[in-house]
Amino acid sequence: MSDSDTLTKTGLVALTGVNKHFGELHVLKDINLSIDQGEVVVVIGPSGSGKSTLCRAINRLEPIDSGSILLDGQPLPSEGKALARLRADVGMVFQSFNLFAHKTILQNVTLGPTKVRGKSKSEADERAKALLDRVGVGAQAAKYPAQLSGGQQQRVAIARALAMDPKVMLFDEPTSALDPEMIKEVLDVMVDLAGQSMTMVVVTHEMGFARRAANRVVFMADGQIVEEAEPEKFFTDPQTKRAQDFLSKILTH
Amino acid sequence: MDVISEFFSEYDGLAAFRTTIYLTLLSAVLALLIGTVVAVMRVSPVRVLQLIGTAYVNIVRNTPLTLVIVFCNLGLFLQLGVSLANKDSNTFINDNNFRLAVLGLSVYHASFVAEAIRSGVNTVPLGQAEAARAIGLPFLKTLRYVVLPQAFRGAITPLGNVLIALTKNSTVASVIGVTEASAVMKVMIENRPDVLFVVFGIFAIGFVILTLPVGMLFTSMSKRLAVKR
Ligand SMILES: Nc1ncnc2c1ncn2[C@@H]1O[C@H](COP(=O)(O)OP(=O)(O)O)[C@@H](O)[C@H]1O
Ligand SMILES: [Mg+2]
Repeated sequence: MSDSDTLTKTGLVALTGVNKHFGELHVLKDINLSIDQGEVVVVIGPSGSGKSTLCRAINRLEPIDSGSILLDGQPLPSEGKALARLRADVGMVFQSFNLFAHKTILQNVTLGPTKVRGKSKSEADERAKALLDRVGVGAQAAKYPAQLSGGQQQRVAIARALAMDPKVMLFDEPTSALDPEMIKEVLDVMVDLAGQSMTMVVVTHEMGFARRAANRVVFMADGQIVEEAEPEKFFTDPQTKRAQDFLSKILTH
Repeated sequence: MDVISEFFSEYDGLAAFRTTIYLTLLSAVLALLIGTVVAVMRVSPVRVLQLIGTAYVNIVRNTPLTLVIVFCNLGLFLQLGVSLANKDSNTFINDNNFRLAVLGLSVYHASFVAEAIRSGVNTVPLGQAEAARAIGLPFLKTLRYVVLPQAFRGAITPLGNVLIALTKNSTVASVIGVTEASAVMKVMIENRPDVLFVVFGIFAIGFVILTLPVGMLFTSMSKRLAVKR
């Protein structure tokens, strides 16, 4: 992705001059970011820099104070049915999985398709089983979330999001809550997705993933996008002092 | 103990307890419905609804039940002419009083149900509703399919306590002439003051027989249905 690309077309997701406050705290400062169809963008940055808020703003789990966010050229609706419809088109994977605790794995994946998309149960079941197989947890379909390992739960969460046929997938530190031996199984699913040209915004500090799957790394600090570059370039030759400091910290540990 | 056989034969104590059970069950169902609506209003994002829900709970919960029941009879029926039964029926007075009592009991206990459900909602982690919204479920569907099913399971114990309280509070219906258990007890005591303690004992045991299994059922349900996280 060169700079001219983002200038010549508006992306699938386009943030322009986005600002967000929590009370006095200015959490997103004039964010401009355009993400193309099929692009995988990794967002990286110190804790508290606004990465989660950025993700949540894109499907309007957090409203913004000013600026605009376009999805597929359309501004995000403010509330009600239209907003719900928009959210159905944006998949979200949370750090803490957030599987529906009272529903089986299969029901977790079919709830959206049946209650939001209006699909029949049999159609939704079939698709859900295929997706669960694809992420490698097909055998767990009848169990409840609490019976699964963290890595399995997160893969179910990915399947649940995919079942809505989203235009873009947001991942907010999807592996941060996982034991080390489970990180790979989740990242493999994500790399696989990226390979099938899913548009993805991934908040993660997993450099391996960024190098393998990302088109671009966006570095955030104090609510601002401080640097954007291709992964290899960003990790080997960061331009800003903030990025250099940050990378030296996560590399030496 | 002839008074015990009198309880069954002369006073038809079983019919009185049957009335207590009907009062309780009908009011419980209605209170659950009203209470759920009030709880939903309180957790809704609409400010006006929140205020109405909060006002309902705070006003109704802090009003004496006797006052609510008497108001249903004197205020709603005698003053405002609201009747809940067929006026031409020869059981009109009984039917109407019974239904007004159900109304009062429901409205009153709905405030406790609403509080129980709200405490249940608080046991549901925020991430659950967020995940539901993220797959595109609108507010009411998020409540219906994700938050409330878990909230009810988290509220089983307090809901059981409300049901037990409701069973006992149904005795207040006697003040507007409903012939439930305590009304019959009063008559028995008037006629047989010599065996006052036995009469009290019979009715106390009757209520324990009604409420004890409810308590045990709800305790076991709260364990069995608990959401594992
Ligand atoms: N709901 C909220 N209310 C108030 N402050 C918040 C809220 N969510 C996040 N913040 C604050 O906003 C800042 C950015 O948070 P976040 O987007 O979660 O950062 P990151 O994901 O990069 O760690 C932090 O200082 C955080 O404390
Ligand atoms: Mg975060």
